[in-house]
Amino acid sequence: MKADLKIKKKPMKEKLNKNELHRQSVLLVFTIIFVIYGFIFYYLPLAGWIMGFQNYKIRDGLFHSQFVGFDKFIFLFQDKSFLRVIRNTLAMGIINLVATFVTAIAFAILLNEVRNKTGKKMVQTISYLPHFLSWIIVTGIIHDALSNTGIINEILMNLHVIDGPINFFAHEKYFWPIVAFANVWKETGWNAIIYLAAITSIDPSLYEAAEMDGAGRWAKIKHITLPGIRPTIMILLVMNVGNVLNAGFEVQYLLGNGLVRKVSETIDIYVLNWGVSQSDYSLGTAAGIFKSVVAIILIIIANSVAKKSGEEHLF
Amino acid sequence: MNDKNEMELNYANADGESDGGIQIEPKVNPPENKRKIEIKRSHRKRRASDKVFTVCNTVFMILFSVVTLYPVLNTLAISLNDGLDAVRGGIHLIPRVFSLKSYQTVLGIQGFVRGAFITVSRTVLGTLFALVANALLAYIISRKRFLFRSELSLFWVITMYVSGGLIPTMVLYKALHLTNSFWVYVIPGMVSAFNVMVLRTYMEGLPDELEESAQLDGAGYMTIFVRVISPLCKPVYATVALFVAVYQWNSWFDAMIYNRMKPEYTTLQYELMKLLNSVMQQSGSATGGAAANGGNVSAVTPVSVRSAATIITMLPIVCLYPFLQRYFVTGLTIGGVKG
Repeated sequence: MKADLKIKKKPMKEKLNKNELHRQSVLLVFTIIFVIYGFIFYYLPLAGWIMGFQNYKIRDGLFHSQFVGFDKFIFLFQDKSFLRVIRNTLAMGIINLVATFVTAIAFAILLNEVRNKTGKKMVQTISYLPHFLSWIIVTGIIHDALSNTGIINEILMNLHVIDGPINFFAHEKYFWPIVAFANVWKETGWNAIIYLAAITSIDPSLYEAAEMDGAGRWAKIKHITLPGIRPTIMILLVMNVGNVLNAGFEVQYLLGNGLVRKVSETIDIYVLNWGVSQSDYSLGTAAGIFKSVVAIILIIIANSVAKKSGEEHLF
Repeated sequence: MNDKNEMELNYANADGESDGGIQIEPKVNPPENKRKIEIKRSHRKRRASDKVFTVCNTVFMILFSVVTLYPVLNTLAISLNDGLDAVRGGIHLIPRVFSLKSYQTVLGIQGFVRGAFITVSRTVLGTLFALVANALLAYIISRKRFLFRSELSLFWVITMYVSGGLIPTMVLYKALHLTNSFWVYVIPGMVSAFNVMVLRTYMEGLPDELEESAQLDGAGYMTIFVRVISPLCKPVYATVALFVAVYQWNSWFDAMIYNRMKPEYTTLQYELMKLLNSVMQQSGSATGGAAANGGNVSAVTPVSVRSAATIITMLPIVCLYPFLQRYFVTGLTIGGVKG
């Protein structure tokens, strides 16, 4: 049997060697170009991590700067503001992850229950809109809505919940919820696309059978739809856990201000402040390394947890 | 047999506390009839709860749409309203004192017009370059007989998970003389592993026979790519082009970091951000907006100018995306689940 396979395989290899290899030379040329490109723009920055272990000076360059070992990392972890920055990044990352996940899944399920085809299409089209707006626009819009004369203060005052307008951007306690809401507002419709696709691929006979057994719509959602999209939820969760630390830049940078700095600063903003504004490249790089390493660890943990509990996983 | 007995028992029980309707024709086949009525009842009950669900769901969907649309329409109304009048507040969906002054002002800001030109250029060029590069790479990776197929694939998949971070990237761009240049918008982000995976998945779904028959006709790999595969990939090309174009249109960070010293390479979004910052700094005092203009009769305020700029900036995408829905829906479905 094994010999059989070998004989079968050999002529194919031979074919690949003579004609096919010659044909493939054009692919090879492009492959080399793509590898060089990828090496420069994706792998070379990793070599820049050396800066995190140096006292990098621009005039000395990467090759002549003094090595200081883990000094920059020790400085980072003794810096109270960096510890606060880690807390902010993690807290907002987790709040956003949970909020956007729950709303997207809920929205997809509820939208799927809409029987009116035109209405469904319309709501869906509207729901995509914010995704296509830049964070600059979205933060501007949210700033307007929450300003003293904005709609939120107006509604709250008309309902007599508050007497005077609240300056939402001046209090630390409002910042994290605002960021979470901004993310939910922007991405719910977009994130729901994948779940809607997953729902449509559920076998319709399951719903019919449930109906015969007298299941109502809630029961069908609970016992068919949710289990049906569970693999999709799990794989997206694993993928996004690694991004928890990445989700902390644009909104916080654009909406943050001096009054809420203690809760708004994230690792990326810290890198920007130290690395770009203060030109301390080494410290900025060290903070960036910390972020990348934690992200990889998180994704590996999430993956192995999913794997162990028999859920869908990445690798 | 047992079943029937039980049902009769049930029937007898129900009879005790009967309501008139049931007693009318029980003689024909009592259990059967009773059962029908019970099913009918549970149907009615279910229909009622379903109705509640439908109503709640409809209300929720309307609320969702309002929350999504209102801020955008409100910005539109403010941009079309006289600036000083808008400071009084109370404008919702319809402008109170109609005026196009804010738009005139925005189009008169030099940086904004320049930014618009750069943004259009980077969107067109960036999308074109990225599409060609991503498609070609995806084509190579999806060739089943290609010698280094899996190695090349792995090489790019890794880039999805590991990144050097901001500072090393900045140092690299400086060394490559990409900073203070237009090309920093186009070259570095040209190939993205995510888009390549979307394209590859689509290409792998095409039948192998197409390639084989073209090969028998003597076509080389590049001819097959251009003549056979690409025409079939139009939908997925549209998807990727849309993703890249939106990214290019909405970018501002690269303009701020790499071209801060070069105002001629500013982008639309970065100009908008500057306007936004000027508004935010003034929003501390209620009259700040009006005062900023120093009693100027031109009747524009930072808020109204920013609103007009926001509308201009979002207009092209908002007009286009509803027609491209099926493209990004399929693209996201292929890429998100499989990649």
